[in-house]
Amino acid sequence: MSEVLIVAEHAESHVSKPAFELLTLARRLGEPVAVVFGQTEETVAKALGEYGATRVLSVTDPAIDDYLVAPKAEALAQIADSIRPAAILITSTPEGKEVAGRLAVRLGSGLITDATEIAADSTTTQSVFAGNWTVRASVTHGAPIITIKPNAVTPETAPTEPAMEQVAVTISDAAKTARVVNKEPKKSSGRPELTEAAVVVSGGRGTGGDFAAVEELADVLGGAVGASRAAVDAGWYPYAYQIGQTGKTVAPQLYIAAGISGAIQHRAGMQTSKAIVAVNKDPEAPIFALADLGIVGDLHKVLPAVIEEIKKRKG
Amino acid sequence: MKIVVLAKHVPDATGERTFAADGTVDRASSDGLLSELDEYAVEQALQIADELDDVEVVVMTLGPEDAADAIKRALQMGASAAVHIIDDAVHGSDALATSAILAEAIKKAAPDLVICGMASTDGTMGVVPAMIAERLSWPAATLGATLSVADDQVTIRRDDDVASLTIEASLPAIVSVTDQSGEARYPSMRGILAAKKKPVESWTLADLGIEPTSVGLNSAWSKVLQTSARPGKEPGRVVEAEDGVPALIDFLAAGKYI
Repeated sequence: MSEVLIVAEHAESHVSKPAFELLTLARRLGEPVAVVFGQTEETVAKALGEYGATRVLSVTDPAIDDYLVAPKAEALAQIADSIRPAAILITSTPEGKEVAGRLAVRLGSGLITDATEIAADSTTTQSVFAGNWTVRASVTHGAPIITIKPNAVTPETAPTEPAMEQVAVTISDAAKTARVVNKEPKKSSGRPELTEAAVVVSGGRGTGGDFAAVEELADVLGGAVGASRAAVDAGWYPYAYQIGQTGKTVAPQLYIAAGISGAIQHRAGMQTSKAIVAVNKDPEAPIFALADLGIVGDLHKVLPAVIEEIKKRKG
Repeated sequence: MKIVVLAKHVPDATGERTFAADGTVDRASSDGLLSELDEYAVEQALQIADELDDVEVVVMTLGPEDAADAIKRALQMGASAAVHIIDDAVHGSDALATSAILAEAIKKAAPDLVICGMASTDGTMGVVPAMIAERLSWPAATLGATLSVADDQVTIRRDDDVASLTIEASLPAIVSVTDQSGEARYPSMRGILAAKKKPVESWTLADLGIEPTSVGLNSAWSKVLQTSARPGKEPGRVVEAEDGVPALIDFLAAGKYI
């Protein structure tokens, strides 16, 4: 059986959920081989093994952290040249897509981005035009390079016991030109990752800049907080939490939009959520056309009352 | 200094967007415009031109006849000249072929800096700047929330989920900017009038030394098998505020969220 290369995102010893999603999809196509960049611990291999990684390749060349994107693509190209994978799967983050694009050029492979599903014959499903259309496509040249939206599939375990293999790569000077001269870590919100959360509560213009109720509802539901572009542009919430065409795309089990009108730019980022609840003062807001439950009212009254009732029930 | 801004003409995202019978984006049945995300790239180029002496801003587009509208808008905003790469053989090109054509065009234009938007609003792949950089072996400082140029060096701030990065690269370089980089200006009346006199060159694939059969739909390395409109959603239940709280509680309980 041929091997399928996946890039496993992780933060030190913590493997992110999208890596398990990639492994789950990769198993349909062949034997998953995971590549991890940067310093890691043996526990990473163990975690990836839980989801079926047959080998875990560790690349620790310092150029990976010192320069933007290009060294990762070059390293993957060298690995792909040696193991000749049947396909390469990467998570659809901005960086993941750039790595995939460069890799496609280097390997002479077709590229499909933002897939939500892959069949055993490696045909993909994508949601396009702000979620209004579904496209099935396939790569027709080279080993398919496919980026996968986070949270699109449910990870399934398939335990193996891979060892961590160190892989030496040669990073050329041409890949070392966009220098990372400073790195300012962001402080964690303590909430689940936006793209991985089962519940997302988002605030928009209707919050008037007060996200307290949105955050508290997210917390009592164990969810993540998102924001519309209007709220981000107004400086009310950081860009990292923006949901929509130019921010994150989320597809949680439950999406609660509070004070968000539902412009096309926002719908592009949340339309494929499994269940949608909207709270908005304007009964004409387009978000209501998407909502399984719509509440015409002031979020500053509705949300606190709901939070209180949930807390009461929790005792 | 010469700056090339890559700009794409796209179907209006607020209109009905559909596919043509060959699986490509239908560009005929709806109004097109300069991709909103490319306006940010034009704006950044113009800000550099406002700040430094002797900056020429050339807007470059690859697309059919209608794409001239995207050029017009960028010229009205203040770009100094334009290149329209137009050739029937380009129809249906994938990102790989698109990046190959643009890379050759950039070589021919020989700029010091190429500025792109973060993605197109139709294809939304966001890979073309990285692909061009790979083909040209140029530095790529992508997804800048800020952009500055000084002493033959470009600096951006790139925000990801865990960190805010400062990236530096020497010119010539390619950069892309996000919608956080600063509101794009509206064309002024003077800009609209001046745009009519600005030079627009047309380049074909032959001008770039590209074999027509190496690009286009039949040479694409991925293939659309099927497109289908997402079925319209059954209208959900809409309640007034006073009923909203019990309705939401019931909804959450039914979904086992509480």
